[in-house]
Amino acid sequence: MGGEFDWTVIWKYREALWDGMLTSLKLFAIALAGGIFFGTLLALARLSSWKALSLPAAGFVNLIRAIPFIMAIFWFYFLTPMIVSKFTGQQGEAVGPFTSAVVAFIMVESAYYSEIIRAGIQSIPRGQPAAAYALGMTYWQSMGHIVLPQAFRNMLPVMLTQAVILFQDTSLVYVVALKDFLGAASKAGQLTGRIVELYLFVAVVFFILCFAASWGVKRLQARLAVAR
Amino acid sequence: MDWKIFLEQAPSGGMTYLGWLWSGLFWTLAVSACAWVLAFTVGSVVGIARTTPLAWARALGTAYVELFRNIPLLVQMFLWYFVMPEVIPKAWGDWLKQDMPNLLTLPFAAQFSLWEFTAAVLCLGLYTASRVAEQVRSGIQSLPRGQVAAGLAMGLTLPQVYRHVTLPMAYRIVIPPMTSEFLTIFKNSSTALTIGVLELTAQSRQISEYTFKTFEAFTAATLIYIVITMTVILLMRTLERRVAVPGYIAQGGGH
Repeated sequence: MGGEFDWTVIWKYREALWDGMLTSLKLFAIALAGGIFFGTLLALARLSSWKALSLPAAGFVNLIRAIPFIMAIFWFYFLTPMIVSKFTGQQGEAVGPFTSAVVAFIMVESAYYSEIIRAGIQSIPRGQPAAAYALGMTYWQSMGHIVLPQAFRNMLPVMLTQAVILFQDTSLVYVVALKDFLGAASKAGQLTGRIVELYLFVAVVFFILCFAASWGVKRLQARLAVAR
Repeated sequence: MDWKIFLEQAPSGGMTYLGWLWSGLFWTLAVSACAWVLAFTVGSVVGIARTTPLAWARALGTAYVELFRNIPLLVQMFLWYFVMPEVIPKAWGDWLKQDMPNLLTLPFAAQFSLWEFTAAVLCLGLYTASRVAEQVRSGIQSLPRGQVAAGLAMGLTLPQVYRHVTLPMAYRIVIPPMTSEFLTIFKNSSTALTIGVLELTAQSRQISEYTFKTFEAFTAATLIYIVITMTVILLMRTLERRVAVPGYIAQGGGH
């Protein structure tokens, strides 16, 4: 490459890069929402006094946390189409790569989020759900109105930090050849031989987005600390 | 299920598919161990720098942590492997890409060169250093201020206070988070497969591609990851108990 750079390649491939970024953002949004939703359920299951619920939940969370993210992506990439075709009876390509990636990310993120949410729930004094039950509330009422709103509030900075990490982790779908932001840059790099410019561009964009987000989280944390 | 598949002869390397898994585990551990040494060293320096009274050292430390924490690991992997050889003087870059010895001669025959290995170690080590630095910093800052003040009042210089008072305490406190950082490196080492390092995850995928026994191949790798993770946790718990300061660290210091 001889040292001289050609940054016009980024402008030339702006549409492919933008499409890639949209894929990354879509994956991020779905994985975040799904991760928090199933993470909450997993946390509730783990804290349940019912062993048939708490043991499988703990097993799932510990299993996912013990293996590399990429290994988990490979697993769900392999399992999702198999399981879906078992249920629907369809053969072959019933599930696209994007769906498989989404399932993998939701599963992995729900395991990570469940640990955060569990810590949040456990930070609430036991007297509060006890008081809710004494007032005649059901389990779901006490969770929904008393415990979870406070747990989420306490855990908000940690959950947002995890969201930044999740956004960075979306780049791992590269391993299943899905064209996210990094994948699009990589493809353009192969076509033009300008991988240096493209990878540096990807790094700068990620850095700006993640740095700004982490900075915002830090500000929020400071504000919440004063409010409490 | 067909578990006997691992005893079959693999198409390369002159070993069985089980041999491929062992070779993958060997490279996973080699990358993790080397990267951990780098992460621990650089992370300690950066973390300590962020607690010193020197403004420029604090600023440099903060810049390091923010830079490495806000770029995805995989992107950093590509920066080291693809971009770095192109932006340094051409002769050096060519040397890295072409003249680094091939690792075929080593035991557990690997089909990649020392450059892939080095790039993976640099990437994982310097990335994890930013996380280790945060742990070291928070360990130091969790100590009561009076300890530093008392050390200075006794006539110790600041480096002496760090050497004899602050660091011996801080490193004991951060053993549990350091354990999870090591496990993070161990798991993150699988990203090295994107630049051609045939570590455990890569080998299990390769076995699945050659034999179509995906379930067996992934299960084997998953079990190996779990066993290593559990072993590390047990070892570190023992270490934690052995170096605990009596009466100081409540959790994990039980007798």
